Amino acid sequence: MNKEFFIYLAILAVSTYLIRAIPFAAVRKKITNRFLRSFLYYIPYTVLSAMTFPAAFYATGSIASAALGLLAAVVLAVKGKGLTVVAVAASIAVFISDLVLKMI
Amino acid sequence: MKDFIRGLKSGIPIGLGYLSVSFSFGILAVSLGFEWWQAVIISMTTLTSAGQLAAVNIMAASGGYVAMLVSQLTVNVRYSFMSVSLSQKVTPEFKGIKRWLFGFFITDEIFAVASAQNSVNTRFFGGLSVMPYIGWALGTLSGSLLGNILPESVMNALCIAIYGMFIAIIAPVAKASKPLLLSVAISAALSCAFYYIPLLSGISSGIAISVCAIAAAVVCALFFPVKEEEGGNE
Repeated sequence: MNKEFFIYLAILAVSTYLIRAIPFAAVRKKITNRFLRSFLYYIPYTVLSAMTFPAAFYATGSIASAALGLLAAVVLAVKGKGLTVVAVAASIAVFISDLVLKMI
Repeated sequence: MKDFIRGLKSGIPIGLGYLSVSFSFGILAVSLGFEWWQAVIISMTTLTSAGQLAAVNIMAASGGYVAMLVSQLTVNVRYSFMSVSLSQKVTPEFKGIKRWLFGFFITDEIFAVASAQNSVNTRFFGGLSVMPYIGWALGTLSGSLLGNILPESVMNALCIAIYGMFIAIIAPVAKASKPLLLSVAISAALSCAFYYIPLLSGISSGIAISVCAIAAAVVCALFFPVKEEEGGNE
């Protein structure tokens, strides 16, 4: 397990580093192409969205509690609450709804 | 020094957010059979949420080195776009070896905070990276050590934290820009299609995520190109 672990780790760490560092170091000029600039504007958010849906619905004890947790997150985030508040509130919402669901 | 302190302070909420998210990563890693120190090393050398999540699942299932590489390239390809985007924001002194060094710290949240600045110099970015890095390592350590002690209900609840943070990043921008809201809706809908439609659900989630995200961004870039002052670049 140990030798295998470090080979996996090397692939994980090096590929993640290079995928960040190479473009950062290589692009020295301003990008003027409007399509490219637009694409760069949208991509961080579309990635986060695709990672969240539908995976988040299966992250907790039940789809119902996950949905309530996400609902709490969306409401607070739209109200402008920060990362920490939203993340903690979502966890609390899941905890409470799982408790309540068990009692029903 | 002033810029460094300003960066350090801007990084505090990210660091706190990372504490809870990496806590759930630590719990998950240990539940998959990893030692606590393995989880901590993974976090300290990799510093990414979704990539690590995919990675421990592949390692636990002995999924193979190629699967590891492919999953990392597809899940993390977004960092390349962020890196290019950030390269447009940095001051002229932020070049050469500094870019190779600080490139390591480009995460979704550090990128989001740095993008909100008018321009980013080395001292600010260095300060900004400190608290998230400490939070990520410390959260993984405590999660992997305490994970066995906590009841299942608490662990389940903490697993939603990472997605809560993603939503907190998307929501303010989506609220201000309808095209952006549309782009994340398209991406989410495509992602659900990959998940639920029988033929498509065989495709690995890492590849599916990249396909959905790129397709949604291309569509919106074609139909709703950003104005000059937008794009997080000026």
